Amino acid sequence: MYRRYRVPNMWREVDRLQREMNRLFETTYPARRRQAAGYPAVNLWSNENGVILTAEVPGVSPDDIDINVLGETVTLSGVRNIDELPETARYHRQERGYGAFTRSVQLPFNVDVNQVEANFKNGVLAVNLPRAEADKPRKIAVKTA
Amino acid sequence: MIDKSLEVQKQEIEATEDAERTRECMCFTPRADIYEVDDQLVIVMDVPGADEKAVDITLEKNVLTVNAYIEPVEVEGFGLAFAEYEVGDYQRSFKLSEDIDREKIQATIRDGLLRLYLPKATQAIVRKIDVKANNN
Repeated sequence: MYRRYRVPNMWREVDRLQREMNRLFETTYPARRRQAAGYPAVNLWSNENGVILTAEVPGVSPDDIDINVLGETVTLSGVRNIDELPETARYHRQERGYGAFTRSVQLPFNVDVNQVEANFKNGVLAVNLPRAEADKPRKIAVKTA
Repeated sequence: MIDKSLEVQKQEIEATEDAERTRECMCFTPRADIYEVDDQLVIVMDVPGADEKAVDITLEKNVLTVNAYIEPVEVEGFGLAFAEYEVGDYQRSFKLSEDIDREKIQATIRDGLLRLYLPKATQAIVRKIDVKANNN
C-alpha cells in the first residue's frame, strides 16, 4: 500500500487509534465469529492430535472439491455451478452466488498428509488434518545430575 | 440473469412480526434462487447441513413455509478453536401466486441444496370479481 511518510506521526497515530478501538470493541462485545477471509467460511476444531476443518459449501458436488495439503497449509478449491437452464427459463430472483473458489488456511503445525480424510455430507465438508508425528510436542525428561 | 459471486456470510433472520422463535439456536434466511422453466416455478435454496428429515415444508393458504432444523454440531474430542460461520436453523416463507397447482408441489434435497418444484396449473384458476356500479 502506498502511503506518504511525510507526515508519519499522524498516520501511525491513526493506525494505533484504530487498533485500540478494535481491541476495545472486541473486549466489550466478544466477536462470536470472525469475518471470513474468503469463500467458504471455515470453522476449525482442534485437539492435541490435530485439527478438523469444516466448511459449508451447499450445492457443490463432492467431485468438484479439491483439497490440497502442503506442509502447514490446507487449500480448498472448487466450483459451484449454476443450474443449466434452457433459454426459455426466466429468473425471478437470484440470490445465490456461483463460480470458482479457493481458500487457503495455515495451521500452526505440519499435517500428516497420508492421514488426511475428508467427509462431505449435506453440503458440509469436514477435513480431518492430523498433526504430523514428527511435529508433535515431545516431553523432555529432566534428569538429576 | 445476473452474475453473482459467492457469498461468504449467511444472513441471520430478522425478527418476524407474527411469531418469534423459541429454539435455542440461531436462525438464518437461506439464500434462494427462483426461476421459471417449462411451466413450473423452481425455488433453489442453500440449506447446508440439512437432510430430508430435517426439512419441514408447510403450505398454509397461499404461504409456503420452509423450516430446516439443524442439529448443533459438536465434534467429539475436539474444541472449537476458530469460527467464521455459525450453525443454525433456516426459515423462509414464500407467497404463492394463484396459478400454482397446490397439489403437485414437490421438493428434493441434495448436497445441502433444497429444490422446490411448483408446477403451474394447466388451467390457471383465476377468479374475477365483477365490480358493479352502485348508483343509488
